[in-house]
Amino acid sequence: MARITMREAISQALWEEMERDPKVFIMGEEVGVWGGTYAVTKGFFDHFGADRVRDTPIAEAAIIGAGIGAAMTGLRPVAELMTINFAFSAMDHIVNEAAKMHYMFGGQFTLPMVIRTVGGGGRQLGATHSQTPDAIFAHFPGLKVVAPGTPADAKGLLKAAIRCDDPVFFIEHATLYQQRGEVPEGDYIVPIGKSTVQRPGRHVTIVTYSKMLQVSMQAAEDLAKEGIEAEIVDLRTLRPLDMEPVIESFKKTNRAVVVEEGWRSFGVGSEVASRIYEEAFDYVDAPVKRVAQAEVPLPYNRKLEQMALPQKEDVIKAVKEVL
Amino acid sequence: MEKQDYLDLYNQMVVIRKVEESAAELYQQGKIGGFLHLYIGQEAVSTGLIGARKPQDRVITAYRDHGVAINAGLSAKEVLAELLGKATGVSKGKGGSMHMASVEKNFWGGHAIVGAHLPLAAGLALGDQYSKTDGVTICMFGDGATNIGFFHEALNMSKVWNLPVLWVCENNRYGMGTAVARASAVSEIRQKAEGYGMKNDVVDGMDLMKVYEKSKQMIDDIRAGNGPQFLEIETYRFRGHSMGDPERYRKSEEVHQWQENDPIGVYRKYLIENGISTEEELNQQDKLAEEVVREAVAFAEASPDPEPEELFTDIYVANFEEGC
Repeated sequence: MARITMREAISQALWEEMERDPKVFIMGEEVGVWGGTYAVTKGFFDHFGADRVRDTPIAEAAIIGAGIGAAMTGLRPVAELMTINFAFSAMDHIVNEAAKMHYMFGGQFTLPMVIRTVGGGGRQLGATHSQTPDAIFAHFPGLKVVAPGTPADAKGLLKAAIRCDDPVFFIEHATLYQQRGEVPEGDYIVPIGKSTVQRPGRHVTIVTYSKMLQVSMQAAEDLAKEGIEAEIVDLRTLRPLDMEPVIESFKKTNRAVVVEEGWRSFGVGSEVASRIYEEAFDYVDAPVKRVAQAEVPLPYNRKLEQMALPQKEDVIKAVKEVL
Repeated sequence: MEKQDYLDLYNQMVVIRKVEESAAELYQQGKIGGFLHLYIGQEAVSTGLIGARKPQDRVITAYRDHGVAINAGLSAKEVLAELLGKATGVSKGKGGSMHMASVEKNFWGGHAIVGAHLPLAAGLALGDQYSKTDGVTICMFGDGATNIGFFHEALNMSKVWNLPVLWVCENNRYGMGTAVARASAVSEIRQKAEGYGMKNDVVDGMDLMKVYEKSKQMIDDIRAGNGPQFLEIETYRFRGHSMGDPERYRKSEEVHQWQENDPIGVYRKYLIENGISTEEELNQQDKLAEEVVREAVAFAEASPDPEPEELFTDIYVANFEEGC
């Protein structure tokens, strides 16, 4: 197994799927000649050509809308939104078209489409370019929402998403592209809709995903030095949400902290906590804690921004509160 | 066109008219829920337009879609059953008035968000361009849709990529109750296509033959690889925007004036004056259409509701046990 970055893992998945299936193509802002603003599609334009690596106008509704139309004809577009913040300009197409197209016409249309996008704060891009609104997209039946936290999962889940006949909203985290990890070569698939235990433990269950997986792992290492063994469950897919490993872990630890980068209200943590209460109430030894972003538009100033984002220390504090 | 082709087009218009009249009655009886937007008055638009397409040409439209569905080849039965929310409806009773479609008939919906289907149309055309087939996508929308951003994003993209789309604006003079001049910076809507360097034209939508000939010419031109084009079709809806529209925004004289130019009457006259058909023959066609629609209403009313299991069917194609 090679040790590569998340960027390389995602790039590898796209490249391999495009080599495998001529129906797969990429469309989005600066994906072609530029090579992708996060350099994920560097070299693709020269290799696959302008038809399969399509630079689009800055027109998010048209990018997603045309992706939907192309998918309805049987192609497998990977439509890229440069950042998740721009998804709001395409919200109608994501919510009113992509999520409903299969159901609303009695199953006649299928949308084998991936919407790839990048979210997350921490790079001093200000309030409009730093959001983690993942929970919003997970709200809609008809979409599948995936957000990997490791390079291996990024590769395996993206390949699964491209092969999936349903529309998949695939959220990468801007500060994880340099993250390194072991990634299996070649045809490696991670199933969508499966949570997994990333670290075994027995005292507390930490439920998290994406960038906060890395933050939680660091917190768990520090906690281990104090003799506290946290079990970390990585959701990986937000819809459909696989609670089985979470409940299994919780029945063992009886305590849980949910860590997400987005805002607390109406968020992933709220959903996971409710489901724990619904499905394992008899096992609850302490109220489930939520660690999340401060409820403010993210400020530009570095110190203020870091204050607003969940840190390792916040996770450690929350764990100690439930113990 | 052979004589039978002319009669087929006549038959389609009359079937649409009768389906819509029946729908209005069923709505008043409380048998149709939600919104109901009737196509009465605009029949020549989609009949001429879709009459001019080849089987490989895709059609996509907005929410005023019952007539388009029938022109695309769906039966009055499937359309009325959908209006009644029945399992035998074209979308299994889960779409309703605004969401009819048929992949088999190359009819891609039936879309209820104003202007949102224009980017989809660009994508359908991209599908044909990418797969190197010679289909043309015919995308219909109202005058109101030309004021929303989706319209501009889609037209721009289609021109940049030279996509095989015919953009068709059905200008029926009002976006709901707001007259074109009160909502659009230019009243001659085709001027908007000029801004995208797109070949454009305008045609009288009350005259089926004019619509047919102009559409055919433009579709052929697009098929030849000459990129997207824009056709404005001037028309008028004889009924309100939807059922229950108080119609405070227009005078009844205006409606009567347009009704004198009824597209079915105009086409009848054309067929008789050109010796293609006779009064008696067309009356016979009217009776046939009436019979078809009467049977369709009976079929729709007798059809079952969807099974309860249908509630959770078709949310996703694949399930995650299979890897996605």
